[in-house]
Amino acid sequence: MSFFGLTWMRERERESERKLRANDREYNLAFKYATNGIKTSKYNFFTFLPLNLFEQFQRIANVYFLFLLLLQVIPQISSLSWFTTVVPLILVLAVTAAKDATDDINRHRNDNRVNNRKVQVLIDGKLCSERWMDVKVGDIIKLESNQFITADLLLLSSSEPLNLVYIETAELDGETNLKVRQALTVTGAMGDDISRLAGFNGEVICEAPNNRLDHFTGTLLFGDHKFSLDNGKILLRGCTLRNTHWCYGLVLFGGPETKLMQNCGKNIFKRTSIDHLMNVLVIFIFGVLALMCAVLAVGNWLWEINKGYRFTIFLPRQEDSNASLSAFLTFWSYVIILNTLVPISLYVSVEVIRLGNSFYIDWDRKMYDARSDTPAEARTTTLNEELGQVKYIFSDKTGTLTQNIMTFNKCTINGKTYGDVYNYSGQRQDVNEHTEVVDFSFNPLADTKFSFHDHSLVEDVKLGTPEVQGFFRLLALCHTVMAEEKNELAYQAQSPDEGALVTAARNFGFVFCSRTPESITIMEMGKQQRYELLAILDFNNVRKRMSVIVRSPGGRVSLYCKGADTVIFERLHPSCRNLMEVTTEHLNEFAGDGLRTLALAYKDVDEEFLSSWRQRHHEASTALEDREAKLELLFEEMETDLLLLGATAIEDKLQDGVPQTIEQLSKADIKMWVLTGDKQETAENIGYSCNLLREEMNEVFVISGNTPDEVREELRNAWTTMKPDKAEGMVFLPESLLSKRGSAIKDEVVTGEYGLVINGNSLAYALDDSMALDFLWTACMCQAVICCRVTPLQKAQVVELVKKYKKAVTLAIGDGANDVSMIKAAHIGVGISGQEGMQAVSSSDYSFAQFRFLQRLLLVHGRWSYLRMCKFLRYFFYKNFTFTFVHFWFAFFCGFSAQTVYDEWFITLYNLVYTALPVLGLSLFDQDVDDVWSFQYPQLYVPGQLNMYFSKTAFFKCALHSGFSSLVLFFIPYGAMSDTMRNDGKDLGDYQSFAVITQTCLLVTVCIQLSLEVAYWTTVNTIFVVGSLVMYFVVTFAMYSNGMFLLSPSSFSFIGTARNTLNQPNVWLTILLTSIMCVLPVLVYRFLTIQLWPTVNDKVMFKARQAKAAPPPLSRKARMRRGSSRRSGYAFSHAQGYGELVTSRRFLRRPTVSPSSGITPMKRSTTSFIPMGRSAGYSPTAGAHNTKVPDVEVTSLQMYRTT
Amino acid sequence: MSKEVGTENRPDNTAFTQQRLPAWQPMLSAGIVIPGFVLIGLAFIGIGVALFVTSRNIQVLERDYTGVEKDSFCYGCSDLKVKNCKCNLNFTLDKLFEGPVFFYYGLSNYFQNYRQYGNSKDANQLSGDKEYFLEPDESCAPYERDGGVPIAPCGALPNSMFNDTFKLYQMVNGTRVEVPFDGKGISWWTDYNIKYRNPPGTPLKKAFEGTTKPPFWPRPAYELDTTDPSNNGFINQDFLVWMRRAALPDFRKLYRRITEGEYAKGLPAGKYTLVIGYNYPVRAFNGKKKVVFSNVSWMGGKNKFLGIAYLVIGSMCVVMSIVMLIVYAKFKFPDEE
Repeated sequence: MSFFGLTWMRERERESERKLRANDREYNLAFKYATNGIKTSKYNFFTFLPLNLFEQFQRIANVYFLFLLLLQVIPQISSLSWFTTVVPLILVLAVTAAKDATDDINRHRNDNRVNNRKVQVLIDGKLCSERWMDVKVGDIIKLESNQFITADLLLLSSSEPLNLVYIETAELDGETNLKVRQALTVTGAMGDDISRLAGFNGEVICEAPNNRLDHFTGTLLFGDHKFSLDNGKILLRGCTLRNTHWCYGLVLFGGPETKLMQNCGKNIFKRTSIDHLMNVLVIFIFGVLALMCAVLAVGNWLWEINKGYRFTIFLPRQEDSNASLSAFLTFWSYVIILNTLVPISLYVSVEVIRLGNSFYIDWDRKMYDARSDTPAEARTTTLNEELGQVKYIFSDKTGTLTQNIMTFNKCTINGKTYGDVYNYSGQRQDVNEHTEVVDFSFNPLADTKFSFHDHSLVEDVKLGTPEVQGFFRLLALCHTVMAEEKNELAYQAQSPDEGALVTAARNFGFVFCSRTPESITIMEMGKQQRYELLAILDFNNVRKRMSVIVRSPGGRVSLYCKGADTVIFERLHPSCRNLMEVTTEHLNEFAGDGLRTLALAYKDVDEEFLSSWRQRHHEASTALEDREAKLELLFEEMETDLLLLGATAIEDKLQDGVPQTIEQLSKADIKMWVLTGDKQETAENIGYSCNLLREEMNEVFVISGNTPDEVREELRNAWTTMKPDKAEGMVFLPESLLSKRGSAIKDEVVTGEYGLVINGNSLAYALDDSMALDFLWTACMCQAVICCRVTPLQKAQVVELVKKYKKAVTLAIGDGANDVSMIKAAHIGVGISGQEGMQAVSSSDYSFAQFRFLQRLLLVHGRWSYLRMCKFLRYFFYKNFTFTFVHFWFAFFCGFSAQTVYDEWFITLYNLVYTALPVLGLSLFDQDVDDVWSFQYPQLYVPGQLNMYFSKTAFFKCALHSGFSSLVLFFIPYGAMSDTMRNDGKDLGDYQSFAVITQTCLLVTVCIQLSLEVAYWTTVNTIFVVGSLVMYFVVTFAMYSNGMFLLSPSSFSFIGTARNTLNQPNVWLTILLTSIMCVLPVLVYRFLTIQLWPTVNDKVMFKARQAKAAPPPLSRKARMRRGSSRRSGYAFSHAQGYGELVTSRRFLRRPTVSPSSGITPMKRSTTSFIPMGRSAGYSPTAGAHNTKVPDVEVTSLQMYRTT
Repeated sequence: MSKEVGTENRPDNTAFTQQRLPAWQPMLSAGIVIPGFVLIGLAFIGIGVALFVTSRNIQVLERDYTGVEKDSFCYGCSDLKVKNCKCNLNFTLDKLFEGPVFFYYGLSNYFQNYRQYGNSKDANQLSGDKEYFLEPDESCAPYERDGGVPIAPCGALPNSMFNDTFKLYQMVNGTRVEVPFDGKGISWWTDYNIKYRNPPGTPLKKAFEGTTKPPFWPRPAYELDTTDPSNNGFINQDFLVWMRRAALPDFRKLYRRITEGEYAKGLPAGKYTLVIGYNYPVRAFNGKKKVVFSNVSWMGGKNKFLGIAYLVIGSMCVVMSIVMLIVYAKFKFPDEE
């Protein structure tokens, strides 16, 4: 591994082009190409210490402490012993180093896991199993179905006809469909002939490693010929081979030089807003520190002039010392003493707290998904508190909000709805797992995974109701699904919707069995029927429908049409009017349930008309000009006077609990933006079904302009609708003005709720600099924003836009590689885990298996983490400021001589030992109200978004509070000790006694103050607080004991002070007085604030404490029913042009196994992949046979045809 | 589906990992805060009264003898040129000054808490480590060596040891009767027994061989107390008291106790003369010197501050509790949704 690391680290000349020869390792070795091992780890055993220390000392805090250490070495300046700095510094370095080491060990493990994957490599004419890391450029490797592609390969040959391979690129570009790659014919001819492959000595000259995923140029020199290579012949690492038995490839780029790795930009180190605030505060504190030191230095100067020089008979002086020099030295001496303003332990404590709170996320059983056995994981341990401040969530749709599973849920046939379950009293019941399912055993071909709950439908089918039969016949005939029959029937549907419909028909006794370009064979209630397929009137986005014309075995010619209800209804025969009305009602009901609908209609076609139409159709489809338009007209002509059959309702299955989660999050004032690659209708529909868009919304704006001006106009219209009272001129401020100022855009208060839907095209314009602010402004006024048809890059751009101008915390959640960009761009990236594609997860900060866990992550973990962190910081600053300020006051009484108030050991141990555990307990266990209440009152989340718990103001309050406390802490002991004596007559006012009294007062005070902060007293807290106090006394007595003194008289000069001081009643009275006096004003202030201006937290806490028990269980809202004003999206996630493909002969050759392959068809079903997540097809057939027909784009279609 | 989905990754169900640890969740409710304030207030007032009364009953006699003013009894001595100057402080007690009486000297504007001053000593040397007698610590500079000879005890702090002497006489029937001073046990037990040790070797003078006395001292350390040979060297009580440096620039240090003979019960009413051997120069830095007679109570010496502070805070607590009660009654925590 280290070898690779070294070669990688070595400055290599920039490669301008790559040359390699297949099967010739020696030749290729000369170029020193990277091998296929990857290395993401940072250190190895030997480099760890120096490298890690080097990195750690790049942190300003560590350098600062090193600087302090240097100051302390100078005797004239040293006001504290060296150990006061060295002990904390070493501790801090050690803790950080330990953490870095564990992180790196994990990275090593991951690297090793990937590097040790096995792949078959052709070596010396034999296929050997090799580790990935040992694969070298120029090797030929063999891949089998469902294997990850090892490196960037040139495809040589494949098991499939025409040397095609199918790959899934979701890992790489997030596109869900399978893609096709095709080998050159000349290499493809080698097939799997090992000897020919071993003898292959082609030379490749190609581009240097780069990160362009969609581009490749190169040439292959083989024999005497040159072949040009493009992206279509390249298999990229990160993809997965699908539906292809085997293929051979030539390694072009390995390991770090693959396009995948080149694309893995450096992980940006994310910092939380608290981090940023802390940086500002630390700078501010440095300023204050300098100021205080300067004041004290001036004070020293004045003191020297007025008093010091006269005091020289008793005070030691250097010969040449003068007031200015003394003041200068004093300045640095006080820098050392007051360094506790910026304590090094702050940074360590913050890290420890974050780590602890991250563990809670890992440990949370309520974020564990039993189905995939995946617990939640905090992959980044430094962002926790930011989870409590999220204002914007950017979510992917497919796989995140939805399961990408379509189920046939309801239908209406001839004016009767099916699919609802009623109980005996006739009331509609909610369908759940326990509802009885319909028994399809009468049908041997039924898909066992299909379930339906309404018995009446199957009864009506059995009764032979003609409309019902017609309905399912239509579903069985009018589609572009392919059937495959192996052990059992399996469908390959291009869209999951269609798959669901055909499967439904199958189960209800109309089984689609097979198709040829001219015919469709279906099993109608057990009887095989062969329909002659006369024409497919294909789907496109304008038509929003598709039809088939078939001739039944009985010779009847019919047209079956399914499509969006609006377009179908326009083309119905007038006689259907009544039925249409009823159906419309039903459709509205379905839409209300968030289902995707399709209307179905048919008509019988007159033979004569048909033959003339087919004639014209043939002419039109071969026309050279205006083919599209001509066909369009013909289709229109055909699809008229349809007779309505009914409508289907398909459920795009949401992930569990999505609507509830979104509702909760919106109550917490979190704005949700859905960024999806899906089309507008689908996205919008999901928006409704998951409660993002609501029927109650005043308006949902749809931005779909095709030119910048249109988009701008639409945005402006939306704006003026929302803010009718604002003059338009005022609305859009000059962007330059705003962007230059860089200030956050304030949220406009809008009355009413609005939604915004924008499509990818418009978004491209809207994201342009000139319009970005208009867009952002408008979008932020809406409760919900849906961006559809967006590219991964646009997703990131949207996130960046919001991040840049809103100064709000953003969270991106997604499951696929196309979400990686936004996951990385957002403040917090969340990946949906438990599925195959891990790209999103591996670049995410948090991962879990279900979208609904997001609410727990934010409303519980995030809120608590934020609360704890803020409490911690407030308290930490308080305790350190108080500690330090006392020195400041003392300076006025000790001649500004940088004399510490406390014992040096106390100073050393104060942060590390005496106060470390209680504050840790506070920041690991505290909770204002428990998780149930947190869910009950999502409003509790809002203070986090507004930075209310810790801000500059809060910081100044802390500082003021500390100022007060320190005054009390200094002057009460001062007053109580001066001119008085012990009860045995000895004087009490000696420095050591004073130090012990003050430090005891301080410690008791900060402990009480801490106790006030703790809202949740666990046993651990109590032990920590009491234990720390006890420990203080034990350690103090031990440090001041005879034994310690005898060990080192100069280090433990406080011998006996504890004994002699703490046995005095007036000392204890002083301690009591001081601590009570520090705390009481705080109590009064808090009590009065709670009474006069209670925050939502106070109210909920009060309620929770009063209720004592758990709150009433969250009333699980029944599925939100939408009003009927809106029609749901129609269920077509088709790509255009598919009908043509289905009827093309070439395509149909694909399922037949090529004779050259020695693998039996049986093999295929055994090497099936587990369809999950995005790669999953529609659910009913998702099983061993699920193989997705490639979602061929127009470009890939061309490729098909030309081959 | 080949993988059997197990539950091996399921997190443990413990109260700790699930953040369900049983806990007490206090809240600043009126029912706790207001009575709490009243109670604390009353308790503080009680303590305050006790402290105040106790403090009032402590007798203190305090006299400045710096001699700055011309009419001051020590005016003649404040000039540094006068050596072995003595001045008399006469005072009259109207009633018995209850014993045991403690006698202190006090210094003002004297910065024993100055860092370099306080550090200017050698802890190892003072603990009797012979090694450091010949090689004193650098921190003693410039009182590290005197003409090349190491100083014992070295440093500015020992060097500046207070050296005024006091003798108290009662005028009984026209004659001066010396009031016996008890100089034993005026320092801390730990200082006397552990922290400070004479170097090994007898006589003490021999142990100090090779060193010289601090320049300001009239006599070397082993001759600090001419009357009591055991009270010499680093364990001389006056030295120990001096070395326990004061926290604040105004301080007093215990000089002697009056515990013996007929004065054990206190100083009877009458006329007294304190004869002061005025040696210690303070006028150069506007310092003040004073003598204090005082007795103590269970709570130590006289100190009005603590009692008054308790009283003030106690009454403030009570006042605040009333304010809070009014606020609570008037603006009572809105208990609606």
